[in-house]
Amino acid sequence: MIRQFGIDEFIFILLSARWTLVLTLIALSLGGVFGFVIALTRVSRFAPLRLLAGAWIGLVQGVPVLMLLFLSYFGLALAGLDLPPMIAAGISLSLYAGGFLGEIWRGAIQSVPHPQWEASAALALTRAQQYRYVILPQAVRIATPPTVGFVVQLVKNTAIVSIIGVVELARAGNLINNATFQPFKVFAVVALIYFCICWPISLLARRLERGMHAGRPG
Amino acid sequence: MPVVQVDQVHKRYGPLEVLKGVSMAVERGEVVAIIGRSGSGKSTLLRCLNGLEPIQSGRIEVAGHVLDASGRGLRALRKDVGIVFQSYNLFPHLRVAENIMLAPRVALGLSKRDARARAEATLAQVGLAEKIEAWPDNLSGGQQQRVAIARSLAMQPKVMLFDEVTSALDPELTGEVLATLEALARDGMTMLLVTHEMAFARRVAHRTIFMHQGLLHEEGPSEALFGAPRTLELRQFLAGGLK
Ligand SMILES: Nc1ncnc2c1ncn2[C@@H]1O[C@H](COP(=O)(O)OP(=O)(O)OP(=O)(O)O)[C@@H](O)[C@H]1O
Ligand SMILES: [Mg+2]
Repeated sequence: MIRQFGIDEFIFILLSARWTLVLTLIALSLGGVFGFVIALTRVSRFAPLRLLAGAWIGLVQGVPVLMLLFLSYFGLALAGLDLPPMIAAGISLSLYAGGFLGEIWRGAIQSVPHPQWEASAALALTRAQQYRYVILPQAVRIATPPTVGFVVQLVKNTAIVSIIGVVELARAGNLINNATFQPFKVFAVVALIYFCICWPISLLARRLERGMHAGRPG
Repeated sequence: MPVVQVDQVHKRYGPLEVLKGVSMAVERGEVVAIIGRSGSGKSTLLRCLNGLEPIQSGRIEVAGHVLDASGRGLRALRKDVGIVFQSYNLFPHLRVAENIMLAPRVALGLSKRDARARAEATLAQVGLAEKIEAWPDNLSGGQQQRVAIARSLAMQPKVMLFDEVTSALDPELTGEVLATLEALARDGMTMLLVTHEMAFARRVAHRTIFMHQGLLHEEGPSEALFGAPRTLELRQFLAGGLK
């Protein structure tokens, strides 16, 4: 029986957006930790570590997120590790986010002018203290706009996990469409919800960028 | 006993030998100017003195800390040796007070209140007490440089190194920084300063060293060295203007 696209269907789609948000948050927090480690490793004074992190970033950025997803869902299943779709989705999105955030943050750390390292070294700070009090605070300011910009990409890219059966926003739309055959209405609603999530974040990114150019710390 | 003792220091950047066996000694309370052509190794020498550049051979002892090719004991040395650069290198994300308080707090372990007291005292010393809450970006070049000097002084170093600290400044701003240096010298601070301000070196430095091609080419009491240069190279350098 063909259903009509009504309030129940709308609510179903709207509620499924929480999984989109949950996945985004997971990917941001795990990927954030991960990206932080990668960024520090990439600027480490220890060459083998730098190479390793570089290779990892190359891998993560060089393959589609979809492959990371298949690898963590089907690949690990083959290896005997049967992960629930939600977990596999979280892992692959975190890897993806970690790779990109790591690169953004590495760039930010490296764009802190070299004399800042020298001045703080000359004041007898340890390397850890240099990072903590001098380099990272400046890097954070540089990294904030592109990081927020990346979050928008991340929200949209969570749609990919619908392929392994996680019912997030995109998959919910698909399910409702299969039941109602009203693709235009259904996907307009889905798109609108994505837009409502992403638009404020984009605005924030743009504002932060302008704030940066105004250029006053505080 | 000298507070700075440098013996046969060799420093290379790749194949380029920049310091070719430099030896010198500086006594406590002495003010020594270092002059010389661009590329003669003046900055490199200063940077070696506080371990910003490793040396390939020789020995450096500053304020009782020995630096050799191994590079150990750097932090202990840097607590006693301040350096101020041509580009002031203030921390732009910190106010003047925090710029000055940072190292005393985290490197020396001072309490916030003691560090603040040092910030106030050193700012007063460089004549900028009223700028304590300012952001570096809102200060003139001369003011930034004086804050950088105050930041270094707050570590209560035994030796201060200055690398062309007025070279980035407009002429009308160099005076205030030179006055600060002169006051420091009067207070008995041990200072090594690389400078292109010949009149200043002659007047304020007890002794002047002329570097040439990675070596100490000529040195002596400033009045004598400027008044009666002995070597041809120094005479040419002094006659040829600055660079
Ligand atoms: N990090 C570096 N890598 C390679 N070469 C360097 C480096 N720093 C300095 N040099 C070279 O070492 C030589 C001495 O440089 P140094 O900066 O000590 O000269 P300087 O006497 O301070 O000159 P200036 O008056 O221009 O400041 C120069 O030939 C310079 O090009
Ligand atoms: Mg120089």
